[in-house]
Amino acid sequence: MTHNPEYNYKVVRQFAVMTVVWGIVGMLVGVIIAAQLTFPILNFDSPYFHFGRLRPLHTNAVIFAFGGCALMGTSLFIVQRTCQTKLLSDKLAAFVFWGWQAVILSAVITLPLGYTTSKEYAELEWPIDILLAVVWIAYAILYLGTIVKRKTEHIYVANWFFSAFIIAVAMLHIVNSLAVPVTFMKSYSIYAGTVDALVQWWYGHNAVGFYLTAGFLGMMYYFVPKQAERPVYSYRLSVVHFWALIAIYVWAGPHHLHYTALPDWAQSVGMVMSLVLLAPSWGGMINGIMTLSGAWDKLRTDPVLKFLVVSLSFYGMSTFEGPMLAIKSVNALSHYTDWTIGHVHSGALGWVAMISIGAMYHLIPVLWGKKQGEMYSIKLIDLHFWLATIGTVLYIASMWVNGLMQGLMWRAINDDGTLTYSFAESVEASFPGYVVRLIGGTIFFIGMLLMAYNVWKTIATADHVLGDEPLDKQEASV
Amino acid sequence: MDINDLRGIATILCMIGFFAIVYWAYGPSRKADFEKAGLLPFEELTTEEEKGDE
Repeated sequence: MTHNPEYNYKVVRQFAVMTVVWGIVGMLVGVIIAAQLTFPILNFDSPYFHFGRLRPLHTNAVIFAFGGCALMGTSLFIVQRTCQTKLLSDKLAAFVFWGWQAVILSAVITLPLGYTTSKEYAELEWPIDILLAVVWIAYAILYLGTIVKRKTEHIYVANWFFSAFIIAVAMLHIVNSLAVPVTFMKSYSIYAGTVDALVQWWYGHNAVGFYLTAGFLGMMYYFVPKQAERPVYSYRLSVVHFWALIAIYVWAGPHHLHYTALPDWAQSVGMVMSLVLLAPSWGGMINGIMTLSGAWDKLRTDPVLKFLVVSLSFYGMSTFEGPMLAIKSVNALSHYTDWTIGHVHSGALGWVAMISIGAMYHLIPVLWGKKQGEMYSIKLIDLHFWLATIGTVLYIASMWVNGLMQGLMWRAINDDGTLTYSFAESVEASFPGYVVRLIGGTIFFIGMLLMAYNVWKTIATADHVLGDEPLDKQEASV
Repeated sequence: MDINDLRGIATILCMIGFFAIVYWAYGPSRKADFEKAGLLPFEELTTEEEKGDE
């Protein structure tokens, strides 16, 4: 083991930079729509700038653009390093990168124009859906093909999670997006009524389970051990964690449809499976956090590790909150309130964004020929960490307060059985919470700007990129 | 035999599957293999420069 095997780091660098770029775009749109909910005049009576069109732009940009670039970049890095082999094909890798950017750009153009299937997290119309499916299958071939030609005997656990993520998302996207096209940018879903709702939330919740959970757990199983400089707490627990998580997540979707036309037994299945899900979720969280066992002091000095470990804490919090919200009687209070939005952002800002940010702070210096975590400014990482944490806490706390208040106001009745409050009164009462949410989101967004500056300076001060060292330096001492 | 028997059987099969995975993962004969697998992120083919001052 004495030579640099010339891995494909170019595609990883491209995805890493675009992670930061799309993170800023997606979160800026998030701040704008948070401001619109606080001050509706900011809709400017324009259909192109209306909340209804910008909201799917926000969700698509943060999930598929920011999260997607982070997942694709880190997965293509990890698979090469832990399988000790180069990517299956450089051309396929370039196709995946440019194809994915094309999907994102199509979303950025078509969503404000009002083209939408109206399926949540699957709003893109059918021509873009087909492009997305082709790019995703290319990604699957690239990733799984690289595992097939691995030089190691064992497939490291991170690759198991990424594989599950890639295979499940292909299945979910294709089944949920099946539609009859009527014109170039208009189609009708092949599902109708309750079946449509069930397929939609089978897709929607497994997007959470496999895209926003399994994928980022793959990231966790590589970057937490690397940054902590010790192997994962229990590799055997990671095996049980993997199979338990993927076996249970697929059944949890119906909890999005409590007290709807969905048959009662199906709602109960969704509720029970969501409760069972607490066990594998916390198994994974404990495995990640306990990796620091014996090295807790690193948390005092290493802000990259702080990002990674606090993201796991938010993961633990939101995977406790999720099963609670899935209980029918709790859901009767929480559903359709801001509590749900708070829960989503506990996962999205606290878990998904913070683990991605931590992973990027570890990875970007490596990709540009420096040591892991050796960013331009460590102090700025620390400041970013505190902005991200405070922003997330403000966001989720204000939405808890709003959610509980809305749920209680909506169910309050007078002695004669009439409603105590009108809906508009609950909107008015939500105003302070919306202001705090806007402040929290803005603080989180400012952190992303600091990250962009730090990444820019790190790249600008690099004298070469990883893999391009002069030949005489390529002797490795493993 | 009605559908509830099938539900019971399905539950038992899932439990057996779960315990089989736990047994497989925690079986004493595989302990060393899994500990070795956990070290994979540290056995990468890397350049000297990236490894730093070690």
